[in-house]
Amino acid sequence: MMGLITKSRIKSPWIVHYCCGSCNGCDIELLACLTPLYDVERFGILNIGNPKHADLLVVTGPVNKRNERVLLNLYHQMPEPRVVVAVGACACTGGIFYNCYNVLGGIDKVIPVDVYVPGCAARPEAIIDGIVMALDKLAKIK
Amino acid sequence: MSKITFPFGPQHPVLPEAIQLSLTCEDEKVVEVLPVIGYMHRGIEKAAERNPYVNNVFLCERICGICSFIHALSYCQLMEELMQVEVPPRARYLRVVWSELSRMHSHLLWLGLLADSFGFESLFMQCWRARETVLDALEMTTGQRVVQSSCVIGGVRRDINADQARQLREMLAGVKAQIDAVLPVFQKDYTIKARTVGKGVLPKDQAWKLGAVGPTLRASGWAWDCRSLGYAAYGELGFEPVVENDGDSYARTMVRARELVQSYELVLRALDALPEGPLAAKIKGVPPKGEAIMRTEQPRGELFEYARGNGTPRLERLKIRTPTFANIPALLAMLPGCEIADVPVIVLSIDPCIACLER
Ligand code: SF4
Repeated sequence: MMGLITKSRIKSPWIVHYCCGSCNGCDIELLACLTPLYDVERFGILNIGNPKHADLLVVTGPVNKRNERVLLNLYHQMPEPRVVVAVGACACTGGIFYNCYNVLGGIDKVIPVDVYVPGCAARPEAIIDGIVMALDKLAKIK
Repeated sequence: MSKITFPFGPQHPVLPEAIQLSLTCEDEKVVEVLPVIGYMHRGIEKAAERNPYVNNVFLCERICGICSFIHALSYCQLMEELMQVEVPPRARYLRVVWSELSRMHSHLLWLGLLADSFGFESLFMQCWRARETVLDALEMTTGQRVVQSSCVIGGVRRDINADQARQLREMLAGVKAQIDAVLPVFQKDYTIKARTVGKGVLPKDQAWKLGAVGPTLRASGWAWDCRSLGYAAYGELGFEPVVENDGDSYARTMVRARELVQSYELVLRALDALPEGPLAAKIKGVPPKGEAIMRTEQPRGELFEYARGNGTPRLERLKIRTPTFANIPALLAMLPGCEIADVPVIVLSIDPCIACLER
């Protein structure tokens, strides 16, 4: 039996978005998910600025040496249970920026990742799919 | 009154991207601003020296996902200049079509974000709804929504056939109707005026001295737009820069609003005049050699690129100066003296693209 709290958490997950040096392509696709055509608010998903209120961390970009610390901070400020979604090829592996000197190559070098959404740029449908998969994971966290 | 300093960003709800402004305030007034950058730096210029020059088209395209097509376009034009490649006319016109569609989606995106920055949610949604149709048009003609990859050195990779052109016109008619519905709100709405008129003023002489570019410069009364240089097919389409004179956030909004309609007209004109012919010129053996520069107009302003090749498949140097980089000094001049509550709106008014800024 799913507990009441878990149930309500799955019913309305709040996400916080951080951009770790992406090209913006995936960021605007993530924002597009919030707009009338895709409208993820119908799943109760809200994008908020404060990591302390969030259940899901959505990260785009390959992470560089400078924002590594910010990403870690955001992750640690989120209450448990939390899941992390890496959106876009460059957040998954470094993507096209694999040989840039300032790039660590994928956010899983810094924090644990639960769902990888491929694509350069990832389509809004793929991002929504990824978030829904992350919700499954969130429900299973004890 | 004692001063306090606090950070704006790097993770801030108004900006999807990471930049930090360190604001020093006296009571509610901002007295000093320092930008703290580096959160988005990847090192693209260096990576461009490691890749073969042909692959750099796709790397340059990913400097910024919003103005991606024009980034690819400028790199391609730069290489064409170095290698003296003549681009077929049809490709030049198609480049204009996609450039202007990119500008339309970028400006609609920005108008939406501006509305969002002072909490006008419904207007934000309206702008982004119109933008979705533009993205559909891009997807139909190039196969991708935001990073189109349809420009290559020597021409373009995709064609717009007669059937697609007809569909594109229909889609654009729909977009135009939606634009006509939202623009009067930006022009007349009391709340929007209260938040933008007289905020973040950049006087004419200062705009020039600080090296501002794009709508930020044109809103301060300078008719300066690289499209007037006539690259691609702009020289044949009768292009006139859009100018406003007040130099405040409202004027910058109006420049972009009018450019939106202008881009719509340019796309139609380019479609009307679309010549027949091949899509791309053949690139012959010799890799780029020598030096060249290229200037193009992004939605955010002038993009400047410099390249030096040595006859090998790898460039010796690629320098990219993006519009947001040029606009940061102007932003720093606008902020002191404003209220803290106006900071997000003024920052947005230059349409900052941090991914471009830091490359
Ligand atoms: S995956 Fe591609 S489109 Fe997405 S942020 Fe990275 S480079 Fe840009």
